[in-house]
Amino acid sequence: MLDTILVVVEQREGKLNRVSWETITAGQTIAAATGWTLEAAVVGGSAAPFAAEVAAKKVAKVYAVESPKLEPYTPDAFTVALKQFLAAKQPKLVLMPHTYQVRDFAPKLATAMGRTVISDCIGFKHENGKLVFTRQMFQGKLAADVSFTSDAPWFATFQNGSFRGDKAEAGAGAAPIETVAVEIADGVIRNKPQEVFKEAKQAVDLTQAEIIVAVGRGIKEQKNIEIAKQLADALGGDLAASRPICDSGWLPMDRQIGSSGQTVAPKLYLALGISGAIQHIVGMKGSKTIIAVNKDSEAPIFEIADYAIVGNLFDIVPPLTEEVKKAKAGS
Amino acid sequence: MPVLKILVCMKQVPQKDAPLKLNESGTWIREDVSYEVNEPDAYALEEALRQREKHKGEVVVITSGPARAQQVLREALAKGADRAIHLEDDKFVGLDAFNTAKAFAAAIKDESFDLIFTGLQSDDYGYAQTGVILGELLGLPHATIIMHIEKTDSGIRVKRELEAGYFQFVDMPTPAVLTIQSGINKLRYATLIGIKQAKNKPLRKVALAEVQSALGDNLQKIERLYVPQKTKKTEHIEGSAGEIAKKLVDKLRNELRVL
Repeated sequence: MLDTILVVVEQREGKLNRVSWETITAGQTIAAATGWTLEAAVVGGSAAPFAAEVAAKKVAKVYAVESPKLEPYTPDAFTVALKQFLAAKQPKLVLMPHTYQVRDFAPKLATAMGRTVISDCIGFKHENGKLVFTRQMFQGKLAADVSFTSDAPWFATFQNGSFRGDKAEAGAGAAPIETVAVEIADGVIRNKPQEVFKEAKQAVDLTQAEIIVAVGRGIKEQKNIEIAKQLADALGGDLAASRPICDSGWLPMDRQIGSSGQTVAPKLYLALGISGAIQHIVGMKGSKTIIAVNKDSEAPIFEIADYAIVGNLFDIVPPLTEEVKKAKAGS
Repeated sequence: MPVLKILVCMKQVPQKDAPLKLNESGTWIREDVSYEVNEPDAYALEEALRQREKHKGEVVVITSGPARAQQVLREALAKGADRAIHLEDDKFVGLDAFNTAKAFAAAIKDESFDLIFTGLQSDDYGYAQTGVILGELLGLPHATIIMHIEKTDSGIRVKRELEAGYFQFVDMPTPAVLTIQSGINKLRYATLIGIKQAKNKPLRKVALAEVQSALGDNLQKIERLYVPQKTKKTEHIEGSAGEIAKKLVDKLRNELRVL
């Protein structure tokens, strides 16, 4: 039997999570490198409609893993269902997007099967028949190539944006779909989830902003945020922040850029005093132009910056604001 | 009233701005850096201390690592934790999350906690797995990325953080394992009295030999650790602040056309 790569796509609130297409691209890329077969699975109360969407992509087969007990999502139900399915299917490699939901059950599923997850990967290498997964460590300062030393199934999750969803190849025709009913006994599910909700008012939709000036810990004190606000105003842009700034209450949560906040891709992103921790980068790495100001020349933000200014933002920003104002007044 | 027993799993990691150097084999960092508590774990500890303030109980902190990791426990005791457990050995650094969780489970096998907290992930590995693995090993329900915890008649109600500003409440029985998100609370500082009192609080050392039989081989391996290759072409803008400002404005206007 040929080795199989199984992509477990994510559906939530009646929709396929778009990041799943990135995982399909990852699966297709690894399949091309290894020669393994690529299949996909959707898990849920009623997975068949989503399976049809996935079947349009170039995959050998799509499984709709179903049980009414899989709706709403709970880690207990997903672990039991997938363990049953994977024990029967025996794929070599299971791929998932590194979403908050996957983080919630993937390590539990792997442990239940005596296996392991290499999580938050940004790529892979296939050298001399050996597959290794690349991931960031120490908040992006270093990269690691990690291999599995366990038996299959191997589990790996990919970071948002590490593969392009729009590069997922379409299939020549629709892939066959197989519905798999899974058994989830009474008493398995211990958590009772309530409705998902968005917290209060979302005053500003940063996803629509063309220019964003974001502050990180380098801003040091709440009162210094005014310096960044002046620049944002001068540029006609929006003020945003990395998580620690919002945690401290210096800016409201709806200004947060990152995995827990908003994901943005503006024309211009100015990162002031932001080190470039992974959780922040995933929320802005798609920006067209990134300008970073940080006094640490080793800050990971500089790896993705188009323009780098190594210096003290308190020296750099006020003169910049003045020049911007002058330029706008002049034109 | 039943006493609430909370275990907080904590990790010592290199300081955020510590310059990291690779070891000779390129498989780990050189250990001659400064260390600090993993920040998400500090939030987990703070949450445990607040729950104890509300409900009365005991907060126990545990870590695995070399002798230097004791500092994390001392700080936790100084902040108000009641006792500490140190799985002490250099070899604990090389364990994967699966084995680390197994070591913790073995160290606490004679205790029963109502709640077990970990930070949502570590700032060195960033896997976000140890807490979830520990829950599975102990047969306990779990929830991750928690922003609020409340006691209920049937256990607890937690607020789970999801992406893009979404949240979800979940009702769970206890005992349970929770991974705690940063920003759930504001961290306290240890007081001088706290630091003094910490010296007399119980700190139990657990040798690797004591838990060895529970461990297995690592299931994954860091083949190599390296400075990331840059794929992006970065232009450095240099000079005095005034010169930088002029150069940037020039680019904003003429190249990026945002002015």
